[in-house]
Amino acid sequence: MIAHAIVFYIFSLIAIVSAIMVTVSRNTVHSVFFLILDFISISCLFIMIGAEFLGMIMLIVYVGAVAVLFLFVVMMLNVAQQKNEWFVASDSSSHIPIGLLVSLVIFSELLIVIGGWKYKAELQESINLNLNLNLTNTQSLGYVIYTDYVHLFQLSGMVLLVAMIGAIVLTFRKRSGVKTQSYLRQISRERNEGVELIDVETKKGIKIDA
Amino acid sequence: MPEYATILFSEVLKILMLLVPVLVSVAMIVWLDRRVWAFVQKRRGPNVVGPFGLLQSLADALKYVFKEIIIPASSNKVIFILAPIITMTLALISWAVIPFSEDFVLADINVGILYLFAVSSLGVYGIIMGGWASNSKYPFLGAIRSAAQMVSYEVSIGIIIINVLLCVGSLNLSDIVKAQENVWYVIPLFPMFVIFFISALAETNRPPFDLPEAEAELVAGYQTEYSGMMYAMFWLGEYANILLMCALGSILFLGGWLSPVDIFPFNIIPSPIWLILKILLLFVLFALVKAIVPRYRYDQLMRLGWKVFLPLSLTWVVLTAGYLMYFNLLPGN
Repeated sequence: MIAHAIVFYIFSLIAIVSAIMVTVSRNTVHSVFFLILDFISISCLFIMIGAEFLGMIMLIVYVGAVAVLFLFVVMMLNVAQQKNEWFVASDSSSHIPIGLLVSLVIFSELLIVIGGWKYKAELQESINLNLNLNLTNTQSLGYVIYTDYVHLFQLSGMVLLVAMIGAIVLTFRKRSGVKTQSYLRQISRERNEGVELIDVETKKGIKIDA
Repeated sequence: MPEYATILFSEVLKILMLLVPVLVSVAMIVWLDRRVWAFVQKRRGPNVVGPFGLLQSLADALKYVFKEIIIPASSNKVIFILAPIITMTLALISWAVIPFSEDFVLADINVGILYLFAVSSLGVYGIIMGGWASNSKYPFLGAIRSAAQMVSYEVSIGIIIINVLLCVGSLNLSDIVKAQENVWYVIPLFPMFVIFFISALAETNRPPFDLPEAEAELVAGYQTEYSGMMYAMFWLGEYANILLMCALGSILFLGGWLSPVDIFPFNIIPSPIWLILKILLLFVLFALVKAIVPRYRYDQLMRLGWKVFLPLSLTWVVLTAGYLMYFNLLPGN
């Protein structure tokens, strides 16, 4: 039991330190790597409290997919240039008030969540789910999501779908003059439309790109 | 305290008993890969060092050990060194959950298949980190290619795994094997097996999907700046990953440690042998594909992943779920 607690606190410590390093680190790519470390240690915490399904899904979704896309974008930045222009760029200073507002909102949300911890016992009593404790947590999560909360589950799926379509609409634009390859046309080409035999007159030649 | 020590000692012993054979078989499998490749192209392949050239990989490894490790001056040194270590570690830790027989498995965890999937999706980090930290154009392009490729094919692998899980009703790898006692899933889910095999090729950056290290365009892709032991670690990790994908394929579709028919000459052969034979069969297929198929173009690769495999496997999920529901075959009912 003691060994379990020690390992738990080691993972919590790594999670907190790497979360701080995400914001402190000057190199953006290092920040993302610390973020990944944070995700991994949090999923380890999930596994240690017995929520192995959540822990694994956290690894697969956040570390395996989301953070890869983060890295994808961040790696394109010019890190060396960024180091010299730390907070001196004039256009970034106009974002500071909005940034402060957002962080204030997040801070107050965190306060509310931590405040709710005080009423944790009452909250747990008010949950009227009849969970079968003999099932693994994957199964019980499945039962709860797909029976009692199926509408909320579908609704959150809808929100994600709208977000996805929105992202596609924002980034998709038809560009003219782009040469694309059509697989159907490539496969269905026949000899008589691809090859043409022409008798070329001497000293006159022909125009090919007509 | 002494009881902790004994637990620790016995666990470490078990891990070594698993990892040492895995590492040796990785070396052997490289030899097999080259021999199959040579066989298809009517060459001899490695046949000088040891009987049939079996010790070729060991000789190569020895050469790598004595080569100088060059770290480029402009590289990001910590990440540059971490990248091969991560590749190698991830390739080895996934063997912890592979069941070799009913009671021979290091960690029989409830979410074994999710663990394997998570670890294989982390595998991309070794490549991205190596490519970025090298601070050079070719490795960087290789890393970007491989990031997009591996994320795309993970999606279809995940959905194929869902197909199998629908039939099993458990995320435990031993349960998945036990559920195939009557019929291996390769028979009812054959199209999914084919898609899984092709996606596994893409996920492990094997030809015809080896665009991250396409030597014609990118020198050696993300490995360009690596030398000596660090290159060897990338190489070992890559082949350990290929073996792992073969093991996953044989557990999901070919009945894991089960013998093909439960009659006399077959059922006295110990179960780990069956699993190893199935892994070898899949690996020979991997090697044959490398020898006979030309490399894909990158846009074709993306098209195959997103426009062909994803819709196909999603449709198959709906079909499987509908079939199981209609005939009341869903596990757990």
